Amino acid sequence: MIGIIDYGMGNLRSVEKALQFLSFEVKVIKTPEEAQWCEKLILPGVGAFGDAIAAIREAGLDNAIYEAVGRGVPFLGICLGMQLMFDLSQENGLFEGLKLLPGRIVRIKAASHEYKIPHMGWNSLDILKQAPLFDNVPQGAYVYFDHAYHLKTNEDIVSACSEYGIAMQVAAQRGNLYGLQFHPEKSGEIGLRILANFGGLS
Amino acid sequence: MHTKRIIPCLDVNNGRVVKGVNFVNIRDAGDPVEIAAFYNKEMADELVFLDITASYDARKIMADVVSRTADQVFIPLTVGGGIRTIEDFRMILKAGADKVSINSAALANPTFIDDAASRFGSSTVVVAIDAKRRVNHVPGYDVYLNGGRVNTGKDALEWAVEASRRGAGELLVTCMDTDGVKQGYDIELTSQIASSVEIPVIASGGAGAFEHFHDALTTGKADAALAASLFHYRDMSIKDVKQYLKERGVAVRL
Repeated sequence: MIGIIDYGMGNLRSVEKALQFLSFEVKVIKTPEEAQWCEKLILPGVGAFGDAIAAIREAGLDNAIYEAVGRGVPFLGICLGMQLMFDLSQENGLFEGLKLLPGRIVRIKAASHEYKIPHMGWNSLDILKQAPLFDNVPQGAYVYFDHAYHLKTNEDIVSACSEYGIAMQVAAQRGNLYGLQFHPEKSGEIGLRILANFGGLS
Repeated sequence: MHTKRIIPCLDVNNGRVVKGVNFVNIRDAGDPVEIAAFYNKEMADELVFLDITASYDARKIMADVVSRTADQVFIPLTVGGGIRTIEDFRMILKAGADKVSINSAALANPTFIDDAASRFGSSTVVVAIDAKRRVNHVPGYDVYLNGGRVNTGKDALEWAVEASRRGAGELLVTCMDTDGVKQGYDIELTSQIASSVEIPVIASGGAGAFEHFHDALTTGKADAALAASLFHYRDMSIKDVKQYLKERGVAVRL
């Protein structure tokens, strides 16, 4: 069973529906107890970083996440959920994240007026690490983004970049941890393939 | 490469798409779910549902349409029309929409934009602006209400900047003069607004030919172009529009 972590922010329905469409068993979980029974975990989210991390800690879900990740449970962060996996974010202040992966979240700097903020719409992937999430996903495949902050890391954990004035780091992975800045649940066939790859991990 | 978006808009009345005819391979031209799936296959980058239902239960009917669509179509979905309260907003998001477009309610109470953005995130808030060019050589555009019947006297450019400052994630800009005329988008309006805000602008109103999309997305500086009847009546397909744009150097997802 795949658990989708609900910390009271954002729209979880899309992720849930996409996984159900792929015939995975899904459960929306709100308590640390419920997280114990999941074979995989997904942390979705839209909204502000500071509110989100506070809500996760308030519900005691941070410890449940550390416990599950320690057990080797495959863990996927999507959009804000991905950002929350890193050390800290500069969104409206300075907030510490879950520190599962090394890196910081900074505001997108528009390279010119052509580049709008938020980075909203479809952009192509420059895939750096194909396996396992991008198996059968072609180089240059388009996925859907909607974000104003982005990842900056010096570690060799980046699995894909997208061009947005800079080579923006949009996917990361290490061990059983996976993060996607874009929305696979809103990225049509390609996105479903990526979610199917995650759901199929053992 | 970041791409420009082509967005079909579906007018929905009592849970049924109006104006939908001549669809190939569609059993029921009024079924929003079937039409959404059809546009998805045609490489639509997003879908907009515009609720024109007048009844008391409008939001509930729309939430059901959104929910059934989101079961099967996995591209971004924006819903607009008749959203008056934070509760309406929440109901539509919860049903599976990604963004909610607000118009009259934001004009009546601009802090609605701040509230929605802080509760649900800027990325969910689209502010729709219906603008009309001033007459008698007076420069600029006025913002209108109720489908172009009531002039608010607000300046469209100023309102766009204010909406953006209050936390809108995107602007849907419709020119009431060009809407339905099929002679092209109002390039001056979209380029003025797009040059004055940091957030993306969707051009709306006036598409009738391939070059109209090209103009809106290049000289018009829009990030996306929306059309309704053009796609419904199969005057042209989304794929053909995108192919035309691609051949002329506009980045699109194909």
